[in-house]
Amino acid sequence: MAVTDTGRMDVGAKRPSRLFKNMTAKIAAIPMIATALVVFIGCTAWTIYHSFTRSRLLPAPDKWTGLQNYDRLWSENRWLVSIENLAIFGSCSLVLSLVIGFILAALLDRKIRFENTIRTIILYPFALSFVVTGLVWQWLLNPDLGLQNVVRSWGWETFTFDPLNNADIVIYGILIAGIWQGSGFVMVLMLAGMRGIDEDVWKASRVEGIPTWKTYIFIVIPMMRPVFVTALVIISAGIIKVYDLVVAQTSGGPGIASEVPAKYVIDKMFGSQNLGLGFAASTMMLLSVLVVLIPWAYLEFGGKKER
Amino acid sequence: MKLSTKLLSATAIVGASAVSAAELEVTHWWTSGGEAAAVAEFASAFNATEHTWIDGAIAGSGGTARPIIISRILGGDPMHATQLNHGRQAEELVEAGLMLDLTDVAEAEGWADVVNPSRLLDACTLDGKVYCVPVNIHSPQWLWLSHDAFAKAGVDVPADWFEFVDAAPALRDAGLVPLAMGQQSWQTSLAFGALMVAVGGTDLYIDVLTNKNADAAASEDMTKVWEAYAAARLLSEGSNVNDWNQATNLVITGQAGGQIHGDWAQGEFQVAEQVAGTDYTCLPGLGVNEIIATGGDAFYFPKQDDPAIEAAQKELASLMISQEVQVAFNLKKGSLPIRGDIDLSAANDCMQKGLAILAAGNVLPDGVNSFSADTAGQIDDLTVEFWNDTSISVEDAQARYVDIIASAD
Repeated sequence: MAVTDTGRMDVGAKRPSRLFKNMTAKIAAIPMIATALVVFIGCTAWTIYHSFTRSRLLPAPDKWTGLQNYDRLWSENRWLVSIENLAIFGSCSLVLSLVIGFILAALLDRKIRFENTIRTIILYPFALSFVVTGLVWQWLLNPDLGLQNVVRSWGWETFTFDPLNNADIVIYGILIAGIWQGSGFVMVLMLAGMRGIDEDVWKASRVEGIPTWKTYIFIVIPMMRPVFVTALVIISAGIIKVYDLVVAQTSGGPGIASEVPAKYVIDKMFGSQNLGLGFAASTMMLLSVLVVLIPWAYLEFGGKKER
Repeated sequence: MKLSTKLLSATAIVGASAVSAAELEVTHWWTSGGEAAAVAEFASAFNATEHTWIDGAIAGSGGTARPIIISRILGGDPMHATQLNHGRQAEELVEAGLMLDLTDVAEAEGWADVVNPSRLLDACTLDGKVYCVPVNIHSPQWLWLSHDAFAKAGVDVPADWFEFVDAAPALRDAGLVPLAMGQQSWQTSLAFGALMVAVGGTDLYIDVLTNKNADAAASEDMTKVWEAYAAARLLSEGSNVNDWNQATNLVITGQAGGQIHGDWAQGEFQVAEQVAGTDYTCLPGLGVNEIIATGGDAFYFPKQDDPAIEAAQKELASLMISQEVQVAFNLKKGSLPIRGDIDLSAANDCMQKGLAILAAGNVLPDGVNSFSADTAGQIDDLTVEFWNDTSISVEDAQARYVDIIASAD
């Protein structure tokens, strides 16, 4: 029955315009399209609209205030610190997890012994949630229990490493935990990409006498472009939404030194019961994603026509 | 077959008995040792009726719990009863009609006559209708001092905040942290409020917090408060704890000299079996200005469709305010009861001090009662930033404070 149904539909769909081509596929996609329109576009529009209102605990679409929420947002120190932290955390974790992930993958790619075991060990942190990661690193970086204490017990009495209680470097303490958690996953992605490269490429470079590191940088990396793009998208999404790691590790402290935008949004929306301000902050977050995404999408998809 | 018939009949019995006996899920953020002991008094009193108390404790203090509670109520998955601080936190929820109206219970039992100070019931009332049950009075303006720590430092236990500041260098020399302070922003904000009452005085406190007078916030008296606060932040260097009960524990174990904290810290001393007056000292109003605020906790009952549950909710409400339960609960909690007609001779030294102040009528409106959550959040942010970043000057902090007060609502 099903076969004849689709058959009939295909026959009927051939004559009219392209819109009715592949009707089955299009009908099947309707739920997804509706979800995208309502959930993503609709809710985003709703949020942006309400960021211009004086919504407090409950949305108040009729209390229009114009740009007042945005004014207050950009005059608040805590928001500025959050943005700065996101910039530091974002750029460092993007670069470091790509570099570390790639180096680890390249080392594993050298056909070493116990590859499976090592790969599992390095990937293991990724199986932990950010909350667990944050707590573990809170303990490891605690001066009385963790690293500092261990090094001191080895005899280096003046060794001081206490990032979580130092406002100037606390964000790097969070960065360490983030990279520990995420670089294993990047490594696996990279390793899969390297395995996809034809063995003949390696043979050719060996015949030409090109050193291994040069082969990686000038031949393998350009060939792994799609893998890099995938890793980039996954890492950036993780950076923008970083929240639970900070809450578990420092809860934004000391003071406001490790606040991040996502935490600001949650705190203002529910803690301070100021939806309007929270929406304004989340709109700014969306905007920052778009600023990165649009040029990238333009390069990625716009450039194809020339090829 | 046999098993399934048994199961069916069992469910039928359970279903039948559920008509009269209800299970109420109650959320609260009382998770420290003393608090848990206190909330267990509510639970056992309620379980003694035909109903069942299902405990929904949320860890991580009010700042974490309140958003969870509110989003559950807004999201259409309300609990049957929940702790909130009375005041404006639930104002909009009440206005939106999400809370159960308790006026009939309140009138039948004459809450208006027994609740003392009456302001507590006013905070639960909107347009003449009662929406919450006040259960205790908490005042944040207390200084808790460890006798052990001062003995180690070789100085007398101070009698007020200024003596405490003078004794601080001796504590430092003895390798102790003078002032324990948890890192959460509401704790630094609380200490600020306490110093404001002690150093700035009652008039200033009321002028700024209740009248929202920006000129008062810019006054010289206020500068003195900020200077005292700036001095206090230096005393807490080295106390790297997060939760308030960890900070209290530093005082209990004698690792820190003192802590500015609310009277709920009392419950922790009690659990550690310390005796007020011999192991620790408490100074209401930091010993300078013996006056307390009458904030506290209240229970709200989100509206339900089921009339059986509604009846049980009202029963729980009247139970919480009843004399026996008030005594049992508040003795464990270390807080003051909300009714004046009960006997609290079993209370210890610190609670007696609080009761005496209450009887003398030395109370002031609490910050929670006059600021919206938004303004309170801004003050939290400012105080925690100032406390942890010594590069912020008193002038800058005060200027930002004046801005907040000027736009406060």
